[in-house]
Amino acid sequence: MTTPAIPEGVKRCSTGKFALWLAVVGAVLLWGVYAMFLVWYKGLNQTGMNDAYGFALWIWADLTVIALGGGAFFSGFLTYIIGKKELKSIINYAVIIGFICYSSALLILALDIGQPLRGWFIFWHANVHSMLTEVAFCLSVYFAVLTIEFLPIVLENPKLDRIPFLHHLSHNLHEVMAVFAATGVFLSFFHQGSLGGVAGVLYGRPFAFREGLLIWPWTFFLFTWSAAAVGPCFTVLITRITEKVTGKKLVKQATFRLLAKISGWMLLTYMIAKIIDTWYWAAVTAPAKGFTLMDFYTNNPVYGIWILIAELVICGLLPAVILVTRKGRENNLLLMTGVILAVIGVCINRWVMVLQVMAAPLLPFQDWYMYMPTWQEIATTILPIAYGIILIMLAYRYLPVFPQEKELNSGS
Amino acid sequence: MTKQEQHTRTKRYGMVIDLDRCTGCGACMVACYAENNVPFKKNESDKMLSLNWIRVFKVDNGKPFPDTEICYIPKPCMQCDGRHMEGHSPCVSVCPAVATDYDYPTGIVSQIYTRCFGCRYCMAACPYHARKFNWWDPSWPAEMEKYLNPDVSVRMRGVVEKCSFCYHRYQKARDKAYLEGRDEIYEHEYQPACVEACPTGAMTFGDLLNPEHEVYKLSRSKKAFRLLEKLHTNPKVYYLSSKSWVRRKADNYLEGQSPGQQNNARKTETASH
Amino acid sequence: MFPFIFEWAWDIPHLVFMGALWYALSIIGAGLTYCILKSLYDTATEEGGESHEHH
Repeated sequence: MTTPAIPEGVKRCSTGKFALWLAVVGAVLLWGVYAMFLVWYKGLNQTGMNDAYGFALWIWADLTVIALGGGAFFSGFLTYIIGKKELKSIINYAVIIGFICYSSALLILALDIGQPLRGWFIFWHANVHSMLTEVAFCLSVYFAVLTIEFLPIVLENPKLDRIPFLHHLSHNLHEVMAVFAATGVFLSFFHQGSLGGVAGVLYGRPFAFREGLLIWPWTFFLFTWSAAAVGPCFTVLITRITEKVTGKKLVKQATFRLLAKISGWMLLTYMIAKIIDTWYWAAVTAPAKGFTLMDFYTNNPVYGIWILIAELVICGLLPAVILVTRKGRENNLLLMTGVILAVIGVCINRWVMVLQVMAAPLLPFQDWYMYMPTWQEIATTILPIAYGIILIMLAYRYLPVFPQEKELNSGS
Repeated sequence: MTKQEQHTRTKRYGMVIDLDRCTGCGACMVACYAENNVPFKKNESDKMLSLNWIRVFKVDNGKPFPDTEICYIPKPCMQCDGRHMEGHSPCVSVCPAVATDYDYPTGIVSQIYTRCFGCRYCMAACPYHARKFNWWDPSWPAEMEKYLNPDVSVRMRGVVEKCSFCYHRYQKARDKAYLEGRDEIYEHEYQPACVEACPTGAMTFGDLLNPEHEVYKLSRSKKAFRLLEKLHTNPKVYYLSSKSWVRRKADNYLEGQSPGQQNNARKTETASH
Repeated sequence: MFPFIFEWAWDIPHLVFMGALWYALSIIGAGLTYCILKSLYDTATEEGGESHEHH
């Protein structure tokens, strides 16, 4: 076959340069894989976790990548269900980023459980009352949806597209994509929410516990909302980084601004809800259990009130205000500041809802529990990043990810 | 449901620990290690990595000498009844694989080791840190393996374990009663190892619903309290203490609140819902 | 997950939870089956061999 592997009409770097970078990132990946095998072989004693910290860095990473991967479902919702045609230029990339995030989440979960070979028990012996069961089901099924959404992009590789069956499969998958996207939105709503529910239902943990609606604590809705708000910001961030690295324009400015605007309004409304939730929790929920707000933010070396201010104001309200104002979106520096702060904000929120929950003491004769991850935990948390970069490198090189690339770079 | 079970009234097995009597000797912990085949490591200095189904905490009144007072608080699994007394203890409802369950006939929270896949959500949910994780493969010095209790299965690496109120002893007592044609088991027939080992008689065990059992009376004493009552986990482990500072150590109080007011506060809170 | 597993109960939580799961799986399964069958049909009935339109 003489068809080139690289999509028609676009320029890519030489094979040598590509291989060199692949090797660099691959080395980091191998480091992570080594740590991963250490954990599987020797067990969870390879981590810094203990009986107070049953949930730690990995669960944070899990919650965070799923929130950031929320860009895939929310962009899919906007593109296929609301009908925002402008987003067609970025939806492929949003799907790929989502695919990376969700596959990473599944990998981290496989590492985090004490008996990985029994992982299937969560499906087989499912307890339908557990938020974690809902997470596992929705996450796995949504990952299947993401794979189906990713498949037609893979099949558009020039070499694969030559095969008639695959060409038709890609075409037919595109035709019914709205059905898959709608299923993805339905599943995402529940698993994003259930991840919030994981902490919110813990009525023995006053720092995490929230009242709610029927069986769902308020954190259920807040997590879905924040993922929908910040997911697209992460998609914008990664796309802009890709543009910087490749030195090409890949998506029109208008698309970035549209996504930023939607994100901004989602973020602003989320922040209002989050602030009301925090106020109600501090004024009513926690005091009923014998705690004041400051009990959760004093007498320990890390968690001061700064973390609440950082989450709600600096990385919450501030980016929301930047992204909802036209001037904020049109100024490139402000736009990127808003996007980055929003991403940091959701990372802080997930950290607090996992690690600070574990750190805060409950019995008056106990002290705060502090935790330090081991290198094995850090390496396995960096592993998905390296894997993500490699997948993006391969996708960018061999697949027609950005439909506007040819048009935007025709002058150069 | 068999006829035998239908005749047997629902129990709520619970424990009352008299802190005024506890000397902190640790015999309960040792007995538990031996009875339940709890493994240990060479270095147990990090207590958050230690497997212990019951752990004795030492607390003081925070005053300098000569006013310092000490109290020891043995803490097994609280066998919570849950918020609405329906068995939805913090840990049971969160387990994704039904590896921990609330046994309605006895009120004991079980742990199925071969079902647990080690997600540790129950540990995150338990406010008492009663749940322990097997971070390592269990091991005993060669000679000690001969002394393992054949009634209790040893656990594997990567699963959660916790106090079962020596449930295997309940099963044995029930079998004995069945063979003797009885529906009920006597109070003395089912006692956990820690209670039996306590040299000062600080620990009492029985059915909290049975007026003939000692725990029935003790748990209703004015000196009785439970840990973190405000969380509404409804533990079945009660403590007795005549010292008000000890009671303050059992829960969190806002400024101006005191243990005595707690019951009133709870009534107001329930009324407002 | 299945009615033959002993945790299963014919109660509302199971019907709602597992109902939603099997509903989502059915849609995905049906969508995927349709695409594969249609592609097989399109490939079999295609005229003109290897030159196909790019969408």
